[in-house]
Amino acid sequence: MTTLDRLSPGQRATITSLAAQGAERRRLMDLGFIPGVEIEVEMGNPLGDPRAFRLLGGVVALRREQAREIGIQVQPEETPTHVA
Amino acid sequence: MSPETQTAPAVPSESKCATCPVHNASELRRLGVNMDRWDFVVALMGNPNTGKSTVFNALTGLRQHVGNWVGKTVSRAEGGFRLAETNYKLVDLPGTYSLVSSSHHEEVARDFLLFGQPDVTVVVVDATRLERNLILVLQVLEITGRVVVALNLMDEARRHGLEVDARDLTRQLGVPVVPMSARRGEGIRELLQAIDEVAKGRFVPRPRRLDHQDPRLEAALRRILPEIEAAFPHLPNARWVALRLLDGDHSIIRAIEEGSLGDIDRMAAKALPDLRARELTEEN
Repeated sequence: MTTLDRLSPGQRATITSLAAQGAERRRLMDLGFIPGVEIEVEMGNPLGDPRAFRLLGGVVALRREQAREIGIQVQPEETPTHVA
Repeated sequence: MSPETQTAPAVPSESKCATCPVHNASELRRLGVNMDRWDFVVALMGNPNTGKSTVFNALTGLRQHVGNWVGKTVSRAEGGFRLAETNYKLVDLPGTYSLVSSSHHEEVARDFLLFGQPDVTVVVVDATRLERNLILVLQVLEITGRVVVALNLMDEARRHGLEVDARDLTRQLGVPVVPMSARRGEGIRELLQAIDEVAKGRFVPRPRRLDHQDPRLEAALRRILPEIEAAFPHLPNARWVALRLLDGDHSIIRAIEEGSLGDIDRMAAKALPDLRARELTEEN
């Protein structure tokens, strides 16, 4: 369990929780940040902030403080399986 | 709004199959802005970039500016069409992801739905981003069941190899879902038919409402709902307002504090200066 600001490019994660409250929480949910939704980093940022995330077929940019409000479960890396 | 109007091709007004909806849909008369009376008001909503304005233009014959940038439809544009001896006034609302206002656009759209009470609300959704777009659809269904979902950009979805089961979606949402591609003119006829059926009550919607499944929320609703209903007996969407209050929606809290919430006359006048206000004065 970690938060979205720590998600690395190439990793996939599932949103598990939202720490934000009130209007901020509402806004994040309207944009698709809902527990159960899959998410990945779409675009990094050389300055570190903001970063763009891909979820529900669209792209949303968040600042680091906002991403820190979103709890995620990182999915295990897909290891290529070799069939003999 | 573009002042430009277009003369629609003349169509025979009477024919023996005038009662058939399919036939009637082909008798669309685009009225542009030339409307002096109307039977039903249709609101057009949707996320930004779903082709909402293209749908508006296809139905009214107007050439409202179509372009890909945020906030293009700054407030709302209006136009009309005539179908099956019925005049429809179409109101194009700004693109919005949500009805819970955090921007002026969302407030315009929400106020129109709540206080303008359109007879039919068409929610235009992007078939290639269906899941995201359904957030708004579910929010609209919380307010009104008189909804038609226009599943737009189907041509693009096909190009991406996406298939959408519109019939199943209709069943799940409880309102008509019409696959279409407004820019290619596909599905316009079916959309018109669905609007007509909902407006005239021939399609009885069974809107999908989220089951909040939280006894604490239901308990809170049971406590405040009667108070809201007592304070604002004419409010058509008391449950929705109660949920927004529990949400901490500042614009709704403000509306209650200022006493403007139950003042449908005033709110309606604000949301619809030229339409409902007139009707309300006539009724009173």
